[in-house]
Amino acid sequence: MLMSEERLVQIQRAVADQKLQRAVYSATARLKEKRVEVVAEDQLPEYQELREQARLIKKHALENLDYYLEQFEANVIAHGGKVIWARNGDEAADFILETARRTGANMIVKSKSMVTEEIHLNDRLEKHGLETVETDLGEYIQQLAHEPPFHIIAPACHKTRQDIAEIFRKSLNVECGDEPESQAALARRTLREKFLAAGIGISGANFLVADSGAITIVENEGNARLCTTAPRVHIAVTGIEKIIPRAQDLAVFLKLLARSATGQLLTVYTSFLSGPRRTGETDGPDEFYVVLMDNGRTKLLADREKRESLHCIRCGACLNACPVYRKIGGHNYPSTYSGPIGAIITPQYQGVMSNPWLPFASSLCGACAEVCPVKIDIPKILLDLRREVVAEKTKSGGGLERLAFRGYSWLMQRPRLYALAGRLAAIGAHLPFTTSIGPAAKWASQREVPMPASESFRSQWRKRKGAK
Amino acid sequence: MPGRVSLFVTCVVDQLFPRVGMAMAEVLERAGWEVEFRADQTCCGQPAFNSGYHQEAAGVAEHFIRVFRDAEFIVAPSGSCTSMITHHFFDLFPKDAAMYEEAQYLAPRVWEFSRFLTEVAKVEDVGARLEEVVTYHDSCHALRELHVKDGPRRLLSKVKGLTLKEMSIPEECCGFGGTFSVKFPEVSGGMARTKIDSIHETGASAVVSIDSSCLMQLQGALSRAGSKVRTMHLAEVLASR
Amino acid sequence: MTAREEILGKVRGAVGRIDQQAPARAPAVRIRIPEIGLEDRVTMFRERLEALGGKVYRAGSLAEAGAVVQQIRPQGRAVASNSALLREAGVTSLPDVVTDFHDEPALCEACAEAACGITAADYGMAQTGSLVTRASSEARLVSLLPPIHIALLMKDRLLTGLDEFYTLVPQPAGDTCSTVFITGPSRSADIEMILVRGVHGPKAIHVIVVER
Repeated sequence: MLMSEERLVQIQRAVADQKLQRAVYSATARLKEKRVEVVAEDQLPEYQELREQARLIKKHALENLDYYLEQFEANVIAHGGKVIWARNGDEAADFILETARRTGANMIVKSKSMVTEEIHLNDRLEKHGLETVETDLGEYIQQLAHEPPFHIIAPACHKTRQDIAEIFRKSLNVECGDEPESQAALARRTLREKFLAAGIGISGANFLVADSGAITIVENEGNARLCTTAPRVHIAVTGIEKIIPRAQDLAVFLKLLARSATGQLLTVYTSFLSGPRRTGETDGPDEFYVVLMDNGRTKLLADREKRESLHCIRCGACLNACPVYRKIGGHNYPSTYSGPIGAIITPQYQGVMSNPWLPFASSLCGACAEVCPVKIDIPKILLDLRREVVAEKTKSGGGLERLAFRGYSWLMQRPRLYALAGRLAAIGAHLPFTTSIGPAAKWASQREVPMPASESFRSQWRKRKGAK
Repeated sequence: MPGRVSLFVTCVVDQLFPRVGMAMAEVLERAGWEVEFRADQTCCGQPAFNSGYHQEAAGVAEHFIRVFRDAEFIVAPSGSCTSMITHHFFDLFPKDAAMYEEAQYLAPRVWEFSRFLTEVAKVEDVGARLEEVVTYHDSCHALRELHVKDGPRRLLSKVKGLTLKEMSIPEECCGFGGTFSVKFPEVSGGMARTKIDSIHETGASAVVSIDSSCLMQLQGALSRAGSKVRTMHLAEVLASR
Repeated sequence: MTAREEILGKVRGAVGRIDQQAPARAPAVRIRIPEIGLEDRVTMFRERLEALGGKVYRAGSLAEAGAVVQQIRPQGRAVASNSALLREAGVTSLPDVVTDFHDEPALCEACAEAACGITAADYGMAQTGSLVTRASSEARLVSLLPPIHIALLMKDRLLTGLDEFYTLVPQPAGDTCSTVFITGPSRSADIEMILVRGVHGPKAIHVIVVER
């Protein structure tokens, strides 16, 4: 079996969990519909042109990545900031710990960042006695529930408000009722104190703008603005692939990102930040750092065929479109990155054999590629990864499956034997035990098994021709 | 001016749903086309290709190319098999220039059935009659790789007595996905159930598609749910009178 | 080897480039500024912002804008940014308006307790209903901490949209460390996709479009 028994049970449990299914399906359906409305031909006639331009810019930026990273760094320095290069999560965490020690900060506020989830930064910091608080409402709920985000842009979309009331009750010892309004108000009050007390604010970055030495952050709540403004130190932790060459390219990406993510034209706040507070400015951080992390990205970059996986701007549209994500949910993917994008980047970061089942967990319906704002051909990459898994397995013999496909290929090149085999199978299908073994049993666990026709097409056709 | 078409009935139709192949032949003949069936045909190789076995798929593809090399129009009752041939055969011969070229020559001559009718034969009214309320399922590969969306609906709209009631999620996958359906049976089954909920909401008594494998999945799930809704391939609808 | 050298080395190896190699030519910048007349821009801006729960007012002059501020501001103390426009409009001399902060802790304390924050936007963007705030006289916390945000926007600073902004300001980092687009009141739909306003930022935003 490709998958651990434990994972299989979890997936079965998720599919059977009616409450979870309802929550996830309705949340993703809502996001899906809103996206469709705002990219429609009459709303955004240049949508396809923008996607193509976004793809070209990302492709170019990656092909010349060393140049743009150096340009980015030089401009950050020119604005009084500093770039920290981190090979992996350890190095990123070490820098943050060191900064906390140096500045005497013991509270850190964070705005949403997938990269910090990727390296489990909170755990690392908490081990050293630093209080690290997620401030995005959904992330905050997830942190209190001790769960990773369920969705790239809607971290707690699988929870009902009753679940959330319970989480607040347990972890904050406060009754806030079942209304989202009062729950959000509670989070606002609780987190406001944290913002004002924190010594360090950590953010992610949606884009690193090379010609400006700036990071761009999009968000709706205002927590990212607070994280990057109120504390004395701002550290942006991000991956090297987030580079775009010019600020003017944002005219393309910003039109695509919010539309694809939440169906908004722009998110409520789009911040363009470069360096610490300058002379004459009243607020903003005294220190500004950008941690540029590799953590497997250069390995992925080296693969020309699959390099475009790094185009991703983390809008989450592929998750909403994906019927598999919507069934198994965000917690059944082996890394922080769930859904179709997770299914293609996780095997590349962790190695295909770490989770050999993952590229196969797709019906290849293509709904993900259809909605991707930067045109990542996810189904094609899934197919490439499947081939890699097969190649790896072949090294150790390949087992029954390989034998079966060899047999299939052999048979399909021999039409007469194929016809004969078809008829034998038709007889076999009527035997009582046939549906209780192998793939047929798997099929029959969910659906009725189709019975082969009493006479194949080729045989009927031969007779028809004879009769004419 | 109609000419001759060569049927590629696909292995699924050949073995499980021969009536779909017969219906397709009938509709094409009624439209004035001469129909042939090359008995040496088998499969398009998609099961192996989608499972990561390129070498095995390439053997099947080569066989397919040999069989259909000189056919002018090849028509298949499946968007998925058609797209395998027109969009993915190239991928199988990255280092075999001769086969690559053959695949390239073949691709534009392979047609999904409904597209052949609307774009080559240029017929929409094939003289069919079916007193029934139906709903239509967009098969993924037909929709997203071949861009088949309106054609089948236009063909259905010309069927006398037929009412098309769109479901809320016509474009959502049925959950078949080839070996996916048996590698991840619970997920695949769950997807089928979501789809049939949407089919039931329409009140239609049949769900129509242009891919027999989607219909096999849907029929299996409908029967398991005790539903009376039946599945029909578009060819069967168009052959009704 | 430092992490920097190692990462850049791996990147170069991955994409087949050598140190100091000039980049390939980048795809041309894509900027398309639509033609929308000024009055239509105001209409569009109003439609877009009000659809998000914001409110748009008109004022014939700066003095009139000051009067509108007084009319719509909530009871209690207001913090005004250091913008010269707000002084000119008389906003800073309204009762219980504090301004002229040059020290972050003091500003932060005032904003955290204020009933509203008053700013002057640098630009507006009609297509999205956004304000653009980037001047060094505009402290970030004024539009962020108080529960209500009131902004003055000079009508002739109302642009069509993103493309026009990036044409006028191709290098937003050149003169300030923060440029922000504000599009409606702070919001979240993280709980059951139900819209909640005022999560961390203001729950209401009022924009007064001022004729020059």
